[in-house]
Amino acid sequence: MPAEAAIEARGLRKAYGSVEALKGVDLAAPAGTVLGLLGPNGAGKTTAVRILTTLLPADGGSARVAGVDVRTEAPLLRSRIGLAGQYAAVDENLTGYENLEMVGRLYHLPKGQPRERAKRLLESFELADAGDRLVRTYSGGMRRRLDLAAALVAEPPVLFLDEPTTGLDPRSRLTLWETIEARVAEGTTVLLTTQYLDEADRLADRISVIDHGLVIAEGSSDELKDQLGGESLEVTLEEEAATEAAIAALASLCAAEPRRDDGVLRIPVAQRRGAVAEAVRRLGEAGVGIDDISMRRPTLDDVFLELTGHAAEAEDEEEEVTSR
Amino acid sequence: MSNLGYAVSDTLVLAKRNFLRIPRAPDLLLAFTVQPLMFVLLFAYVFGGAIATPGHSYIDFLIPGILVQTMSFGGFVTALGIAEDLKKGLIDRFRSLPMSRAAVLSGRTLADIATNVIQITVMLVVGVIIGFGFSTSFLEVVAGLLILLLFGYAFSWVFAFIGLTSSSPEAAQSLGFIVIFPLSFVSSAFVPPETMPAALQWFAEWNPFSIVVDALRALFIGDPAGNSVWGAVAWSLGIAIVFAFLAVWKYKRAVVR
Ligand SMILES: Nc1ncnc2c1ncn2[C@@H]1O[C@H](COP(=O)(O)OP(=O)(O)OP(=O)(O)O)[C@@H](O)[C@H]1O
Ligand SMILES: [Mg+2]
Repeated sequence: MPAEAAIEARGLRKAYGSVEALKGVDLAAPAGTVLGLLGPNGAGKTTAVRILTTLLPADGGSARVAGVDVRTEAPLLRSRIGLAGQYAAVDENLTGYENLEMVGRLYHLPKGQPRERAKRLLESFELADAGDRLVRTYSGGMRRRLDLAAALVAEPPVLFLDEPTTGLDPRSRLTLWETIEARVAEGTTVLLTTQYLDEADRLADRISVIDHGLVIAEGSSDELKDQLGGESLEVTLEEEAATEAAIAALASLCAAEPRRDDGVLRIPVAQRRGAVAEAVRRLGEAGVGIDDISMRRPTLDDVFLELTGHAAEAEDEEEEVTSR
Repeated sequence: MSNLGYAVSDTLVLAKRNFLRIPRAPDLLLAFTVQPLMFVLLFAYVFGGAIATPGHSYIDFLIPGILVQTMSFGGFVTALGIAEDLKKGLIDRFRSLPMSRAAVLSGRTLADIATNVIQITVMLVVGVIIGFGFSTSFLEVVAGLLILLLFGYAFSWVFAFIGLTSSSPEAAQSLGFIVIFPLSFVSSAFVPPETMPAALQWFAEWNPFSIVVDALRALFIGDPAGNSVWGAVAWSLGIAIVFAFLAVWKYKRAVVR
């Protein structure tokens, strides 16, 4: 019998008045894995996280987290999860240390542990020096890190991280990734929403892409990329005027219709080996100047664009509507 | 530990948090302490001369009334604090923790007792400077102060409910004023109700503000007590219980934005 999934949701529905935020969402994450929830602004990611963390009752559907039912066993469930919401929720008038210690006490950790964990987490999130300063003197990224540390205080078996690295500098981001990976190696299950596809690519075992309240694709990052087909050769020409000549020279390498964007030629190739050398040779013979040439696999960004019809960091739809 | 044990320990953790806030962010408390002080000066020196208070100097008559109003102003600190916690997502964090569902509010209202003590002290010191004097026994004064604190505690729950009901700290503040103004001015706090038109007089006599003010006048300056002392205790307990229930109910459903 397979182990019970640490996160399992079926047919989750939620409407805010007339806005249907979730229209029947299924999610599953086996214990010890990372589930990435991807979707454009307003897709319903935060709503799903809020339902799974007992903050919001669903209108329909059911969900189990860490072996207990979200609706009927909420108090028990809360002792088994850690949440870092989309916006850092820390007390401005406490120090970093006091914030973490308070959260530890509210998890009802055994005596002494809140202190010890607070100190350790401040170290690992590089906040040790700022630990005794009031949080209102922290930068945005420091607050964010403190908020994430708070989610880890109880070392819960299931973590919910809603856009955890938004607003972090590259180094803090890497540190956080490593922290998450270390927790997952110890068996923690993580649900992660993110706007950064490299983050999903690196961390998530499975990815669910959601848009307009529905899961529109599900799979590992490789599976999702394979849906878009194989690799392509990307050629940046010295002169855009030479595009037709270049296409003609490379015709026999093409496995499908070549695409061109802003002077970059994308040629799907059947055979990866030797393709670059062959292309350089042919373009050289045809007298077409090359600025840059490389092989490229579809990235998650391509997948995302293809699936949702808009870029990952595109404007909020509602903002577009109002600014029109 | 039992559920009750956790409820108590969670309340203390949250009370400590709110208590630490007092010296660290004193601006709110300061603002809502200065406002009733301005009322003291306004009534004592601007309107007071025109208000007849048989048997007492106007200052002696005024201070018990202002003290009660001060307790209600103290509630603004509660409402604004909670509305801000809601807006900043802290209430979400607390609601995702396995803590007691009442502790965020009971911790808050417990810490508010400290702010109320500070406000009462400031007000009494100013009162004495401008000529207020107790004319009753020490025990009566202590009983009066306890009733005042009980009433303040009850109003913390009222304002906790207001804070949770409002969509923003600004809305909480306006809603608070809408509640406090009629209650504090259409009462015996500033003028004897006998001078008001019949309908207002009727309201003023049943207004819990008046009953608490009358109880304080009995315990501080020796007015006839009637049923006001027990009435004040009963009203305060009743308000505290009803609004504690409402506020906790609201807390469980609180939604950000
Ligand atoms: N409290 C609310 N009241 C009304 N509508 C809401 C509320 N919260 C969310 N919505 C709506 O529900 C939809 C889903 O919102 P949600 O916050 O879950 O999106 P999201 O995927 O987290 O987006 P983002 O990437 O911008 O954080 C949106 O259309 C949003 O406008
Ligand atoms: Mg969101």
